[in-house]
Amino acid sequence: MNAPAHASLDDKERVFDRIIPDKFRPIIDRNACLNCKRCVKECSFGALEWKDDRVVYKGGCVACQRCSAMCPARCIEIATVPSGLPPHASYTERVRQGINAQASSGGVLLCSCGTDMPYGMIFDDLILDAAQVTNPSIDPLREQVETRTYVGRRSSRVMLSGDGYVTESDGSGPVVAMDMPIMFGHISLGAVSYNCQRSLFQAAKDLNILAGSGEGGLHADFLQFADHINGEVASGRFGVTPEYLRRTAAVEIKVGQGAKPGHGGHLPGEKVSDLISQTRMIPLGTDALSPYPHHDIYSIEDLQQLIAALKESVEYRVPVGVKIAAVHNVAAIASGVVRAGADFITIDGFRGGTGSTPRVIRDHAGLPIEVATAVVDKRLNEEGLRNRVTVCAGGSIRSAADMIKVIALGADVAMVCTSALIAMGCQVCQSCHRGLCAWGIATQRPELTSRLDPEIGARRVTRLFHAWNEELKEVMGAMGIDAVESLVGNRDRLRYFGPNQKIAEVMGVKHVGEGWG
Amino acid sequence: MDGTILTKTVVLDGVKETTIDVSGRDQWGRPIDQRELNIEVRKAIGEGADRIILEGVMGQRYIASAATNRCLYIGIKGTPGNDLGAFMDGPTLEVFGNAQDMTGNTMSSGRIVIHGNAWDVTGLAARGGRILVKGSSGYRVGIHMKAFGSSKPSVVIGGSTGDYLGEYMAGGTVLVLGHGVPEAESPVGTFIGAGMHGGVIYVHGRVDEHQLGTGAKLCPLEAEDREAIEELLSDFERSFGMTEERDWERYSKIMPMSSRPFRGRFDPTMVWP
Repeated sequence: MNAPAHASLDDKERVFDRIIPDKFRPIIDRNACLNCKRCVKECSFGALEWKDDRVVYKGGCVACQRCSAMCPARCIEIATVPSGLPPHASYTERVRQGINAQASSGGVLLCSCGTDMPYGMIFDDLILDAAQVTNPSIDPLREQVETRTYVGRRSSRVMLSGDGYVTESDGSGPVVAMDMPIMFGHISLGAVSYNCQRSLFQAAKDLNILAGSGEGGLHADFLQFADHINGEVASGRFGVTPEYLRRTAAVEIKVGQGAKPGHGGHLPGEKVSDLISQTRMIPLGTDALSPYPHHDIYSIEDLQQLIAALKESVEYRVPVGVKIAAVHNVAAIASGVVRAGADFITIDGFRGGTGSTPRVIRDHAGLPIEVATAVVDKRLNEEGLRNRVTVCAGGSIRSAADMIKVIALGADVAMVCTSALIAMGCQVCQSCHRGLCAWGIATQRPELTSRLDPEIGARRVTRLFHAWNEELKEVMGAMGIDAVESLVGNRDRLRYFGPNQKIAEVMGVKHVGEGWG
Repeated sequence: MDGTILTKTVVLDGVKETTIDVSGRDQWGRPIDQRELNIEVRKAIGEGADRIILEGVMGQRYIASAATNRCLYIGIKGTPGNDLGAFMDGPTLEVFGNAQDMTGNTMSSGRIVIHGNAWDVTGLAARGGRILVKGSSGYRVGIHMKAFGSSKPSVVIGGSTGDYLGEYMAGGTVLVLGHGVPEAESPVGTFIGAGMHGGVIYVHGRVDEHQLGTGAKLCPLEAEDREAIEELLSDFERSFGMTEERDWERYSKIMPMSSRPFRGRFDPTMVWP
């Protein structure tokens, strides 16, 4: 039942739909069950039904944990069911599942969230340094440890008078101050629900950081958060109006997304509800297609032109950035983007999330954010451009440790998405593209979106990133660093403890055991 | 002559008209920087000008970008640069000369009238307003235009256009009149309406099946199409003081095959961990 029942299959072929059994199954303790039918109501995937006076499992469980979490008797647990397929190390169950599904549907396999392929996390192979003896550590409870971060273009040169005053600086642009080196990535209204986006914006305001608008325009209710919104201008140009450009705190041109480098966006007509239609300014029920490229960008000069047009449109009041997916030539691309005039550049690694993308792209294209950040930082430094631009990096920043490591590898700001959604209830079941999210996050169905209380969502997200910031202070204190700016690109405070020394070389990180000298 | 901008404001019959002369050149003969020009234009808008006349424009870009005053008229003498009226929402721009690339980029509403030719990508991603070009335009005219509610963008090109007309179009109307194109030839290029999923393209002149892009189809002209064309034609006639023939049999109509081109393309089978 995990695979969709294919209408086109005739009775003889239907046997193929039954080869791949369910991976998950809710196990109900019948003695404890109150027969309240709550689980049936909660399961938005239609996996449970009430039949013959009892809850019956129909199939199609995605292990989203909603029934189990909502069961008043706590009598449901989700079990992972062994498939019973003959084991094979190359033709894994996952590979066979894909082949079988495509043989039935002939379609491009869709999926969502970040890739779950076992590539290994380079973050987990990096070890942080700490201060001892000669470079004393700092106690962040007692002493000031600065995590304030600025997004925007820096001055390339500052002139001081004889008595130490700044007399002149050139090339600096508008900046946005954030209380911590974290920003929420672009999660569009459409990909997620109104309540989810509201939670994120409220949290961004409470944390005093930026949140990406995503390519969905900005709902009128969210203009109140505009001071904390990074407005996206993507290839579909949905919702991009003068007011949108004027009121947001920053503007970002989206060229690429880590989960789908080289790919556009595609919001299926089913998800284009009244609310989405109003916000994106497109007709109800039609596909909202963001073209793969921007049709006015075919060169760095063209990108320069769009950046300049946006700067002119915002009257040079807010920074204009560019978001690119981490791909193999990312360092050269980033260099071009900075030369084109971007005030900040966002790099999205290949583990970054998505509300919907072809699985073949999500799982097989791009570059890990750890490597991408390090090579971009290195290249921009070599070319004398690094000090002019803010580098944001995201795509699987799962914890404060990842945030600290990505900063030490060369980012000014860590961009997070999935962690914020997990704080609101997301279980990373990778079903966003089906629009049935039982937690009211990645869905537009009113009965589901109402499950997420934006007040609670905002509170949980705020707590999470407040905690990360405190952890950042703890680590900085332990390293003897008193301002996060001193951690940016500070690879000396990292050591590589992994299987492939070549990765460490590419990133410019020493191996564990190698000292300073 | 030096590189300064000369601004003059007069009020006539309650209409405040600001003339901005940017024909000055700096000591190396270079035209006025676009940024200075646009500051001057914004200043005039801020001071409540009803009409702004730009004299001696020489390729300066982003003129009137993100301008929102609905009653504002900007007359442009010379040649404005790329992204004329980008992100604009309201004003009327009239160019007494040629325009360059991406005229009306992502405009929400307003009106752009060009008495010469417009170069490539005219009307990119527009979601409202009207662009009238007396002459011809280049590649990718009207791409990814979209309509919403009462807001329907329209682009009329008097002459011919290049390839990829109305590519990725999601709404609105494009009309190509084909002035100066012999009857045996087509006033438009190939890959017309490639990937289009909304809106309509009218071409006065020959369009062959092989010129169509993926997802576009030729359709017969209906009564309502004639009404739509009539409205655009009379606006075109008024704007340029011309008279157009109503030879309906010479019109070709191009429509999308589907408003859901991706339906059935994907398989939502769940990923197994």
